[in-house]
Amino acid sequence: MTTRIRLCHLYPDQLNIYADRGNIAVLRRRAERRGYELEWIGIGVGEALAPDCDLIYLGGGQDREQALIAPDLARRSDEISSALEDGAALLAVCGGYQLLGRGYRDRSGVEMPGAGVLPLETVAGDRRMIGDVSIDCELDPGEMLTVVGFENHGGRTLLDPGAIPLGRVVHGFGNNGESGFEGCRLGKAIGTYLHGPLLPRNPWLADWLLGQALARQLGEPPELEALDDELEYEAHAVALRRARVRGGKFR
Amino acid sequence: MRIPLVISTLVARAVGTASRRSGKGGGTTLPGRVLNALNPAGMARLAARLEQGSAIISATNGKTTTAAMTAAILASRFRLAGNPAGANLSSGISTALLYTRGADLGLFEVDEAALPQVTEALKPRVLCLGNLFRDQLDRYGELELLAERWRGVVSGLPADNTLAVNEDDPQLAQLARGRESVIRFGIEDERYGGPLPHAADARYCSACGAAYSYELAYVGHLGKYSCPGCGFERMRPNIWAEEIELAGLTGSTFRLRLPERTVTVKLGLPGVYNIYNALAAATVGYALGARAEEIVSGLESTQAAFGRSERIAIGEQKLLLLLIKNPTGANEVVRTLVADGTPKTLVIALNDEIADGQDTSWIWDVDFEPLLGGLERLIASGGRAAELALRFKYAGFPEDRIEVVPSPAEALDRGLELTDEKGELIVCPTYTAMLELQDVLVARGHADPYWQRAARAREESGEARKPR
Repeated sequence: MTTRIRLCHLYPDQLNIYADRGNIAVLRRRAERRGYELEWIGIGVGEALAPDCDLIYLGGGQDREQALIAPDLARRSDEISSALEDGAALLAVCGGYQLLGRGYRDRSGVEMPGAGVLPLETVAGDRRMIGDVSIDCELDPGEMLTVVGFENHGGRTLLDPGAIPLGRVVHGFGNNGESGFEGCRLGKAIGTYLHGPLLPRNPWLADWLLGQALARQLGEPPELEALDDELEYEAHAVALRRARVRGGKFR
Repeated sequence: MRIPLVISTLVARAVGTASRRSGKGGGTTLPGRVLNALNPAGMARLAARLEQGSAIISATNGKTTTAAMTAAILASRFRLAGNPAGANLSSGISTALLYTRGADLGLFEVDEAALPQVTEALKPRVLCLGNLFRDQLDRYGELELLAERWRGVVSGLPADNTLAVNEDDPQLAQLARGRESVIRFGIEDERYGGPLPHAADARYCSACGAAYSYELAYVGHLGKYSCPGCGFERMRPNIWAEEIELAGLTGSTFRLRLPERTVTVKLGLPGVYNIYNALAAATVGYALGARAEEIVSGLESTQAAFGRSERIAIGEQKLLLLLIKNPTGANEVVRTLVADGTPKTLVIALNDEIADGQDTSWIWDVDFEPLLGGLERLIASGGRAAELALRFKYAGFPEDRIEVVPSPAEALDRGLELTDEKGELIVCPTYTAMLELQDVLVARGHADPYWQRAARAREESGEARKPR
């Protein structure tokens, strides 16, 4: 019997601005190529996470759409935390990343509460941080990976003391343009500003997430058969060059 | 120190002449940039000299084509000043105004983000708002912010302004509510509607936040909507298209309902999206007094705007360039290609310069999937060719049928090689890839140099053109 990976995609109708379906397509295809099935379940406002969820996904949205889902997401603190405790992996990008923190404070000081799952908070900044990014990260001890993407955010995200970033910024702004950190990592949960979408040009990150998701059922991440990733490497190399040349500059 | 207008215009024109002589191009924006720098009020003062005032067209998609159609409608009625080469930032508008000797009406397409500044300076008697789609988020920011800026534009319009608005776009329809002088245009033909596509933008009511309920959508989020939350709904347009018959890549026929007349239009440009452009042009023409006959002949005589869907002969083969730049526009190109019989070979060139959008994530929001059934070979080109190849790979298109050829010139050659002796090759480039391809076509003698064309277009529409 094939193992089925159950993916809960929160608010696909509202949080979909940066081609989040590209990330889903990559997860699905790379799972299928290894003989696993990916079951996609869209979770809207007021709907509960599916039981036995292996992977949770949250994308980014425009301000209006984020405001529409924020109150619902803020009520999910326990639900998401217990799914993580149960072994689910998680990927949150951009707006979804911000709202998994304690909240977002806009320029007038109004606070939009978040889910409080990730140890961070976000405050609005003056100028948007837009451009290509590259970061170095160590998802498994001793294994350094380069991850590339595109960022476009007005918020400055501040990690709590002791919180673990996803990676160290090589080119680009990252969480706030000052700390040198990008994203946040909490066990098998990852939050990041990097879109593009993120996974097509960073297939190793997609595979890491699949492995962590599978580990919920299999006890540990299975060995995933290598795929022909020539195009992915090429797209990665181009994005890395862009980050080197034009990342981290205000326009 | 304030530099008098007469001096700043002389300097700006001299810079333009020098730049043109040097053959380096830039003639469509440089003089205006000089003028705007020397004399910030220059644009407004030059515009004020136009006896019949100005009309402005703005939209995410279709500005250049709509302006070309409108110019053709108005050509026998006015001596037009305009920016037909598509230089639509304030530098382009000022440049056009510097070369308006003898013109009496300004007709300009204006960039969505530049609209507040240009409207303020030109105080247009007609403003046409065509559509707002998600486009180049890294450059324009979020759609909501742009819509808010446009709200400011509309509320600051002079009292005698006529607003021509696409009633099928709920965000724009909402901006026009409560204004006195509004002409609404739209489509009334249920056979061409469908469900809301993945990349649809205005899903939520800008008044109350509830999700719009769509009876059907024609292009992106343009369609028949209503808000279950606050009751806001689409009104019947004043000018509309009905009984649409699409004829693949060659054009369409439809009935155009004007307030007093109904006429049949045979459009030489493909797709429902060009019917929207025609409706926008007809509405601006109508607002400026054009008769139904002038509207029909103007629309029917319009050929593709610069590079938008241009057919070029290369020996016995033909090349069709179809510009793609954002999800909704690209979706319409895909829809038109499929309706015409999916081509076996397709070149798509994805660049990521500022004018294309440096963020290429938008290609993942395009519904390329309908092409996959008939397509035999994809030639992925441009600076981000590999990213485009991945888009198709993860859609399930076999990797061994994708060729990555980053140079657009080489991709063109490869495409022609795979095309029948007397066949037609379709190339879908983003904006700067299109410019690259045009340079190649010029160098090989298949097309005129861009600046010559632009200059000629300016002569034809701008300088002292006599009414026919």
